[in-house]
Amino acid sequence: MRLKCPANFRIVRLPCTGKIDVIHILRAFEKGADGVYVVGCMEGDCHFKSGNFRARKRVEQAAKILDKIGVGGERVKMFNLSSGEGPLFAQYSIEMDKKIKELGPNPVKVALQAKKKAA
Amino acid sequence: MIIASKKPIEEIIQEVKDYKRLLILGCNECVTVCEAGGKKEVEVLASALRMHFIKEGNEKKIDEKTLERQCDHEYLEEIRGIVDNYDAILSLACGVGVQFTAEKYHSTPLIPGVNTCFLGANEQRGMWTERCQACGSCILARTGGICPISRCAKRVMNGPCGGSSKGKCEINKELDCAWQLIVDRLRDLGRLDDYEIVAPIKDWSTERAGGPRKVVREDVQV
Ligand code: SF4
Ligand code: SF4
Repeated sequence: MRLKCPANFRIVRLPCTGKIDVIHILRAFEKGADGVYVVGCMEGDCHFKSGNFRARKRVEQAAKILDKIGVGGERVKMFNLSSGEGPLFAQYSIEMDKKIKELGPNPVKVALQAKKKAA
Repeated sequence: MIIASKKPIEEIIQEVKDYKRLLILGCNECVTVCEAGGKKEVEVLASALRMHFIKEGNEKKIDEKTLERQCDHEYLEEIRGIVDNYDAILSLACGVGVQFTAEKYHSTPLIPGVNTCFLGANEQRGMWTERCQACGSCILARTGGICPISRCAKRVMNGPCGGSSKGKCEINKELDCAWQLIVDRLRDLGRLDDYEIVAPIKDWSTERAGGPRKVVREDVQV
């Protein structure tokens, strides 16, 4: 399957989305990511039963924190698909890329770059 | 254990905004178990605050450390060598830990990062409920193992009061009437006769009403 995906995202593999924690998402933003999306299995299909439900909650928590500190909670999102849905994976990446482009760059990264330039 | 809840991040931002170098200090005991002030919460808060202040053009040095306990000299000593590197400490321990740290490091401002709530149990994941108010003179032997001081809204000693209805408390229909629970349990234990005994007036001097308290144990002192 040769599918077109935006080339500007990096895949971080996890054994299960249940492994993801709020801090992993926040660290990505601290390191300059403009957006983070988590792709888990279909709800009800988690091999470990509730991994993807936990992930969704953590994504929501991270979004709340990002909202409160002014980075923007819309920059994180949870998606679900089954492992056979390659085209959907590509579609989600295009969707997320479009959304993040609309939102513009991560304000933390912008502030750090401005500081570097001034120095 | 002591149950605490996280303070809103907006409140914390207001309290710490004027300090340039901040140490966020977690505690490995009660507040870790109730997911309010352990290592994980320290990491998340530190990351969020760092990003917030960078974005505001007010970048700070924000470091993280989590001690085994903040209510013990021994563990608090671990930060003696680094404490002068900070303008303030944001402690995620309970009120005891915050105060003990403040007493030890007299010239460093201390800011609490959690609200200390009560003595309670881990009822289920994400839910903690009150069980004891440390009255200093436990009466659980008489009350079927259910505490009317912490679990009855009126702290009635010979309950229930007239507000008990269908096993629930008048202050909230979701809340079990502590005295209903006591009567039910005494019945199940075959000890309803105990319920007939009128409780004497409780000596509240061992509770907070008698002023700040102290336990001294000469037998274990060295
Ligand atoms: S009777 Fe006093 S010590 Fe015993 S559980 Fe209740 S408040 Fe705590
Ligand atoms: S209804 Fe029960 S729990 Fe509520 S105040 Fe009365 S005795 Fe206490």
